[in-house]
Amino acid sequence: MSEFQSLQEVQHEVNKCMKCGNCQAVCPVYQETRQEVGEARGKIKLVEALLEGQIAVTEGLADRFLLCTTCGACTQICPCGVRFDKIIMGARAEAVRHKGLGSIKKYAFTALKHPKLFDFGLKTGARFQSLAFKRVSDKGGRARFPIGIDRKKIIPALAKVPLKDQLPEIVHVAKPKLKAAFFVGCMTNYIYPDMGRALVDVLTANNVEVIIPHDQHCCGTPVYANGEVATAIAMAKSNLDIFDRTGADAIVLDCGTCTDSWKHNYVKLLEQDTSGYKEKAERWAAKTYEISDFLVNVIGFTPENLGPVKRRVTYHDPCHVARSLGITKEPRLLLNSIPGLELVEMNDPGRCCGMAGSFSLTFPDLSDKILAHKVKNIAATNVDAVATSCPACRMQLAGGVENASLQHDVVHVVQLLAAAYRAKVQPKDQAAK
Amino acid sequence: MLPTQLIAELKSTLGAANVLTDKEDMITYSFDATAGMPSKNPDLVVCPNSTEDVVAIVKLANKYNIPIYPRGSGTNLSGGTIPIEGGIVLSMLNMNQILEVDQDNLVAVVQPGVVIQSLNNEVLKYGLIYPPDPGTVTTATMGGSTMECSGGLRGLKYGVTKHYIMGMQLVLASGEVIKWGGKTVKNVSGYDLTALFTGSEGTLGIVTEILVKLIPTPEARQSFLAVFDDVDKAGRCISAIIRNKIIPATLEIMDNMTIRTVEEYAKIGLPTDAEAVLLIEVDGYRESVAREAEQVLKVCREEGASDVQAAKDDAARDKLWAARRAALPALARVSPTTVLEDATVPRSRIPEMLKAIRQIALKYDLKIGTFGHAGDGNLHPTILTDKHNAAEMHRVEQAVNEIFTVAISLGGTLSGEHGIGMAKAGFLNMEFGPAGVDVLRRLKEALDPDYRLNPGKIVRRD
Ligand SMILES: Cc1cc2nc3c(=O)[nH]c(=O)nc-3n(C[C@H](O)[C@H](O)[C@H](O)COP(=O)(O)OP(=O)(O)OC[C@H]3O[C@@H](n4cnc5c(N)ncnc54)[C@H](O)[C@@H]3O)c2cc1C
Ligand code: SF4
Ligand code: SF4
Repeated sequence: MSEFQSLQEVQHEVNKCMKCGNCQAVCPVYQETRQEVGEARGKIKLVEALLEGQIAVTEGLADRFLLCTTCGACTQICPCGVRFDKIIMGARAEAVRHKGLGSIKKYAFTALKHPKLFDFGLKTGARFQSLAFKRVSDKGGRARFPIGIDRKKIIPALAKVPLKDQLPEIVHVAKPKLKAAFFVGCMTNYIYPDMGRALVDVLTANNVEVIIPHDQHCCGTPVYANGEVATAIAMAKSNLDIFDRTGADAIVLDCGTCTDSWKHNYVKLLEQDTSGYKEKAERWAAKTYEISDFLVNVIGFTPENLGPVKRRVTYHDPCHVARSLGITKEPRLLLNSIPGLELVEMNDPGRCCGMAGSFSLTFPDLSDKILAHKVKNIAATNVDAVATSCPACRMQLAGGVENASLQHDVVHVVQLLAAAYRAKVQPKDQAAK
Repeated sequence: MLPTQLIAELKSTLGAANVLTDKEDMITYSFDATAGMPSKNPDLVVCPNSTEDVVAIVKLANKYNIPIYPRGSGTNLSGGTIPIEGGIVLSMLNMNQILEVDQDNLVAVVQPGVVIQSLNNEVLKYGLIYPPDPGTVTTATMGGSTMECSGGLRGLKYGVTKHYIMGMQLVLASGEVIKWGGKTVKNVSGYDLTALFTGSEGTLGIVTEILVKLIPTPEARQSFLAVFDDVDKAGRCISAIIRNKIIPATLEIMDNMTIRTVEEYAKIGLPTDAEAVLLIEVDGYRESVAREAEQVLKVCREEGASDVQAAKDDAARDKLWAARRAALPALARVSPTTVLEDATVPRSRIPEMLKAIRQIALKYDLKIGTFGHAGDGNLHPTILTDKHNAAEMHRVEQAVNEIFTVAISLGGTLSGEHGIGMAKAGFLNMEFGPAGVDVLRRLKEALDPDYRLNPGKIVRRD
């Protein structure tokens, strides 16, 4: 069993915590609130109280389990090897088992006042109408686009045409060395098609055929991260079926969080399945790659076809790319291989940006405060662009940079790479955006 | 249950956001870093933003006759922040400003919620350091470490927290505010309040401002690892280094059990067959470091080290100290409960103490790893156990008792740096005798007759 199925599964992790408080030093939430419940230690104490039956799952408890960006910094620093990432997922799932999504709906799923988003939400969610989203909403089964993105000041204009509607199902190349299926996350599809197009360009420039199944949908992170396991399982199975039909050699993604779903969480969600999905999940997990990982470690990327992109760039490590996937060298290697590009490291590049999906909706002020540290570190580098490897971080950073009146572009690594390939083919075209 | 009137008054004084009352929050303030202590929920947690706030809280607590437990980061190892009689936890973390860095007088003025490392980061800009460095420098507060008189790795040469405290502003149990000390090197006016309040564990007053001494950053440093096949030899080496007039900044020891556990956890390349290793660092001006480095090598060889090596570069140095820092966490991973003791003896008695601890481990059939600040005689015998195993926990109690007895019989003390708190309050008699404990009690009662501040710690009302 995994932590998604039973809270007992985290008992061992809870026991390992010696309450030393070392996690205070790295927790972005604690550093703002300076209250015990912010850091991992405080939440572990609550889980302990829950396991010992001293406290029941109350709304108050469920709320406190949401007070975490799941950035993984505590798990990384913990001297006792406590896997807080497991504990928090287990705790949230337990909260939903006892309280239903009612306990968290008021934050996480009510997002969509934006009419266009609401439309897209309908499209995405249609498949799962009968499942939890229906229960979720306050007013008649609405919130079906489950990522939290209704904060006025940072919401970018929605793409006129979502990425999947811009691209054919298969982008052919002459003599493909591999066939990769592109899992298009919600944000790439609806908000940042430019990132997705760049990913396709980079793959085709590397002789990789790209398959983009049009019926794919949200990976389910926003659902299971908030503890709604049953719906997440249904979404995982459906995506697995859809990608099984592609016959691809690998799945490639531009989003660390979606990659984490495919690489780690589908397997855990389906651990008890006996109808073949567990095996499917394991099979795809072994063939799922974040784009920089795929380029550097799978297809033997070389810089020879890259033209110059003259920019000073700093790189923000998304939590799920750097810590859940352990990928920090590859994006830097790619950036450093672009002629004319100067990579300037910021202070603490792995510190959480405060986005964390619905966290930024649930706790907008806290999210902004966490973001402010990041923006300060970016400002100190004197660069003209910020690169990252996650659309959610991109959105958060773009908002932060704009609010601070800084002039940076915030882009995905793959966009700079695509620009470099273009610069080689059309040397006059210096547009790196 | 607290009077609703009190809660209302606190909220109107401090703002509702600074007054926590939900059970879920109370649970998160029911404990600290001390193993094997009971948890106890407070009735309220309040977060003052100023000295005036603290005064208001103390006055209300007096009005309603409710105890107050000051709390920094809650990393102490003596149960010092557990609200054992219920009441108000006073979280000092919002008072986290560095108020002044004075380069001419080499002092800084800080609020109690400043994390030690933040002060160091700030003063490093001026080429200065604040030397007390407990293992928790990146988390512990200036207030908490002042009130524990924390030590750390650099205690041997640079002393402990009390050597850096030049003055304080405190709120007394009566609600009155006193301020004493100043930026002068010399000050003998009145009784020595530094000695009284530093290490008072929040039982005599609530500190709201601290004036601390800073020193210039040492120019150079050199670390060594010395390996011994016999604990006695390691012990004699410690004394020999000091006898040769070398005062290392740091002189640490790890016993065989600790070495093996750290190696298994961190794979640093420690000699797992060694009976003990010493980790040594000298610092100061480049020339004197070079001279002392030669002497350290010579003394270690003379005292029978089977191997001694100087760290070649910063990376090698960092690896050595990572090994030392890994001692506690690595031991803590072995079993669910880690009882960390702090008994301290004159450094010349370290070999005897180490041997006694080993015998105690055998006698009570317990796993004990020992490491610590050998140069200070401050050992951390660490008992690896399981709080769910009642029979073993009983043996742990007996073992702890015996460790204390031995330490005191060797001319040592119950606690070198972790404080008495709740954990060791029952043992004070062993060290002070009834008349001595009574002096402590009279001091407490002179300043806090109603046991308003941190009751149940150090001296108890019986
Ligand atoms: C892994 C680990 C390693 C450690 N290593 C060391 C070490 O090397 N050396 C060492 O000496 N200690 C060490 N400690 C113990 C601990 O870190 C120190 O005692 C630390 O200084 C406590 O700081 P704190 O802010 O957490 O204080 P807390 O634990 O919050 O409080 C400590 C005491 O101070 C009182 N207090 C706090 N703030 C105030 C205030 N403003 N006014 C009045 N009273 C107050 C509290 O009531 C309590 O009695 C270690 C602990 C851990 C968990
Ligand atoms: S989670 Fe790890 S770092 Fe945090 S208190 Fe527990 S043991 Fe210490
Ligand atoms: S995952 Fe990040 S935000 Fe959550 S408790 Fe750990 S450090 Fe804090």
